[in-house]
Amino acid sequence: MDLSIASILTLDGLTNGAIYALLGMGIVLVFTVTRVIFIPQGEFVAYGALTLAIFQTGKTPGTVWLLLILAGVAALMDLVTTWRHNGSAAAGLKAALRTLAAPAVICAISAWAGPRNLPIGVQALLTVFIVTAFGPLVYRVAYQSLAGASSLVLLIVSVGVHFAMTGLGLLFFGAEGFRNPPFWDERMALGPLNVSGQALIIFGMSAALIVLLYLFFERSLYGKALRATAVNRLGARLMGISTQAAGQLTFAMAALIGALSGLLIGPTTTVFYDSGFLIGLKGFVAGVIAGLASYPGALVGALAVGVIESFGSFWASSFKEVIVFTIILPVLLWRSLKSGHSDEEH
Amino acid sequence: MEALLNPSTAHAPDKSALRTWGPLALVLVLIALPLLPLPDFWIIQLNYVGIYTLPVLGLVLLTGVGGLTSFGQAAFVGIGAYTTAYLTVNTGLSPWVTLFIGMALTGISAAIIGAITLRMSGHYLPLATIAWALSLYYLMGNLEALGKYDGILGVKGLTVFGFEIGQQRMFYAVVWIFALLAAFAVIRLLDSRSGRAIRALAGGSQMAEAMGVNTLRFKIGIFVLAALFASVSGWLFAHFQRTVNPSPFGLKMGIEYLFMAVLGGAAHVWGAIAGAGVVKQLEDQLQVLLPKLIGTAGSYELIVFGIMIVLVLKYLPDGLWAFVDRRLPRPRRAVDWRDAGDLPARARPAAGEVVLDVRAIRKTFGGLVAVNDISFQTRAGQIVGLIGPNGAGKSTTFNLITGVLGLSGGAVSFRGEAIGGLGARQIAQRGVSRTFQHVKMVADMTVLENVALGAHLRGRKGAVAAMLRIDRAEERALFREAERQLQRVGMGDYLHELAGNLAMGQQRLLEIARALCADPALLLLDEPAAGLRHKEKEALGKVLRQLRGEGMSILLVEHDMGLVMDICDHIVVMEFGTHLMEGTPAEVQASDKVRAAYLGTEH
Repeated sequence: MDLSIASILTLDGLTNGAIYALLGMGIVLVFTVTRVIFIPQGEFVAYGALTLAIFQTGKTPGTVWLLLILAGVAALMDLVTTWRHNGSAAAGLKAALRTLAAPAVICAISAWAGPRNLPIGVQALLTVFIVTAFGPLVYRVAYQSLAGASSLVLLIVSVGVHFAMTGLGLLFFGAEGFRNPPFWDERMALGPLNVSGQALIIFGMSAALIVLLYLFFERSLYGKALRATAVNRLGARLMGISTQAAGQLTFAMAALIGALSGLLIGPTTTVFYDSGFLIGLKGFVAGVIAGLASYPGALVGALAVGVIESFGSFWASSFKEVIVFTIILPVLLWRSLKSGHSDEEH
Repeated sequence: MEALLNPSTAHAPDKSALRTWGPLALVLVLIALPLLPLPDFWIIQLNYVGIYTLPVLGLVLLTGVGGLTSFGQAAFVGIGAYTTAYLTVNTGLSPWVTLFIGMALTGISAAIIGAITLRMSGHYLPLATIAWALSLYYLMGNLEALGKYDGILGVKGLTVFGFEIGQQRMFYAVVWIFALLAAFAVIRLLDSRSGRAIRALAGGSQMAEAMGVNTLRFKIGIFVLAALFASVSGWLFAHFQRTVNPSPFGLKMGIEYLFMAVLGGAAHVWGAIAGAGVVKQLEDQLQVLLPKLIGTAGSYELIVFGIMIVLVLKYLPDGLWAFVDRRLPRPRRAVDWRDAGDLPARARPAAGEVVLDVRAIRKTFGGLVAVNDISFQTRAGQIVGLIGPNGAGKSTTFNLITGVLGLSGGAVSFRGEAIGGLGARQIAQRGVSRTFQHVKMVADMTVLENVALGAHLRGRKGAVAAMLRIDRAEERALFREAERQLQRVGMGDYLHELAGNLAMGQQRLLEIARALCADPALLLLDEPAAGLRHKEKEALGKVLRQLRGEGMSILLVEHDMGLVMDICDHIVVMEFGTHLMEGTPAEVQASDKVRAAYLGTEH
């Protein structure tokens, strides 16, 4: 291996690593606020990439109908719980409509836009809206009523959601894989390196999102409220912070991160309905390196995972997944030696 | 509720007989099935159910009882399957040898993963098992020696003394012998000294450690045992299918095993068989039905499984077996320990000997000094009260002495030995026993079993002895001790009640009996009178005085001043983490400083 190959591999690894960083941060975000280990984070990546791909073929993506169904289920649940709680059907209907409104508008616009072959930027924007809308609905339908359950139960729910979303991905996108066109089809020489416009977009986007997340949690009152929910749910509720709203917002952010990652990764690799899982899990490895707690840690971990993966695929291509998922063991060993003793969950 | 008020209803024995004879009936049905003229198809289905039951049983132990979970059970099945496939095909070893080689390999991998992850909080184990399952899957799929994704073909069937077992009825017998052996092993294990320790794990490690249970060892232990069950399942699978390839050992199958456990009832051994059977049937039906409905082939059953997992956890968190379990009252444990031998007891300190010596202990949380240079002594045959307004640092002091928290400064010695810096378990081993301000017990164990957990360190029989049932003499001694301590605190009538059904005051007495079971030289009681009624308080006072008379040293944190002033020989008063004063109850009552601390001063 000479320097140029090494630098190409490094660049490649860092590009993928930037995406893993986003996902890793989404995972840390969801875990710190809701204690949910969000296995389906990767599914949003596949949904994002494939929704755009279907738009590109001039059709209305199946995610639109899936979103509508999910919104319907969530609205029904809101209707029933609010009705039961308030004893008034009108209040229930109002709650249901509130849940249904935004997804319905998004679906209507998407269904209209589907066959019209709009510019890729518009389609990407619609994709972001569609996939982001899944976040709060998934939380509403699967997690909300279990918010007080142990993190073990929430984890098993996550696995169930992952199963369902993968299967639904197969149902609505089919088994075929898609590769999206790049957003910026430029290549520029940077010394020995040949940097693609897409890679620059990935770096820029990741950096921007990381800064935004940082500002949100460190500077904004709402971000601080989310962190408070993470530390003590009851205390946060007593302070007037709605844990439900916090959960839904967090999941919306996670879905947004997933959608953007899907758009970013779509042009660099062929995405299948079940590709998201492995991509998301690499974000997980990054999150675990960060102890599921630190955003900068997740960034460093993710870049490391990306680089290791890229060198791994050069030296032993068929074993690259083995290498990536085995490094979690030494990382955990290091973490466990560092932490010394177990922390109590009660 | 009615059963609670009137525990010996006339119908109870009939139904609990079902619980006793139910397993036997199941065994008889399982024996009868292959003798009936069932089509081979059904026998093969049942073989699959039996093969799946084994890893699911492991998950019952791990997830339902131990509160840990793993998505990697399929990977352990894979190790068992690949080991026997590779060795029998390439080296010609007998499957009856490779079974044990596979188990050894599986056990070692599980022990390594467990040792690495189980020191940390609970969610690292499942994450590690996901990563482990994936890397193992890709490893199996890419290694030349293991035939890559095609796997290993031409694995031989099982033979016994040259007799071919085949894939139908004879194999059925082999599968179900293993499955039932595992089921009974788990049942026996759970009803033993080790089992009680395992059942205490899910509630957090603090209480179990205070009873001297090495929680890490037990967590690793059940993880390894679950992996061994999976390994046996893999061995059966390889010789049943006669071929192995990576796909049945992937993460998807790992999640399905967990689904079987959750659906069947993760806390019930028989739920494992129910779950394995239902999911296997469901999968078969859905794999035919859904592609027909949708029009293309694909694993659409994932959608149904995923939604079902969420629904089951929401609306049926105890699984299908809970329906059966709820309808069958538990039989009372037969009282067979009345003439059991004594447990080993430790030498009592001489009267007046300094048992606990606390010197200038200090605890800081960041800038906050929660306990500021507190010193006091406790002598044998003395009750020392630790009082102070809320937030004075009494509970923190308690946690420092018992090793739950680490000292920031100062020293603690117990019977002349420095115990500062030791863990809760090591301190318990030396004869310090405690109760908790917020009662910590295993709600679905009986009062007697909960109290017997306190005597954990006085027994030594392990998991294997429990499975082989050669631990009964020690069990009887443990229960005898537990009953004796329960009678001592006036709880002799509640031996067989589930701890979760007790009233608050009774739960506190249970904790005291459990602490006494450890044969302590020093008893630390954290607000034992909270929630007790007047009569119960009087009884508690009597018990504590009696213990003092026997030379026990007691440190008491309590808000009930009547009790404190009545029974304490010496009182230490804390305020804002500092030592305010100490003296006899009369001196404390007369102190202006104490009055000011509790009620504030007039300016």
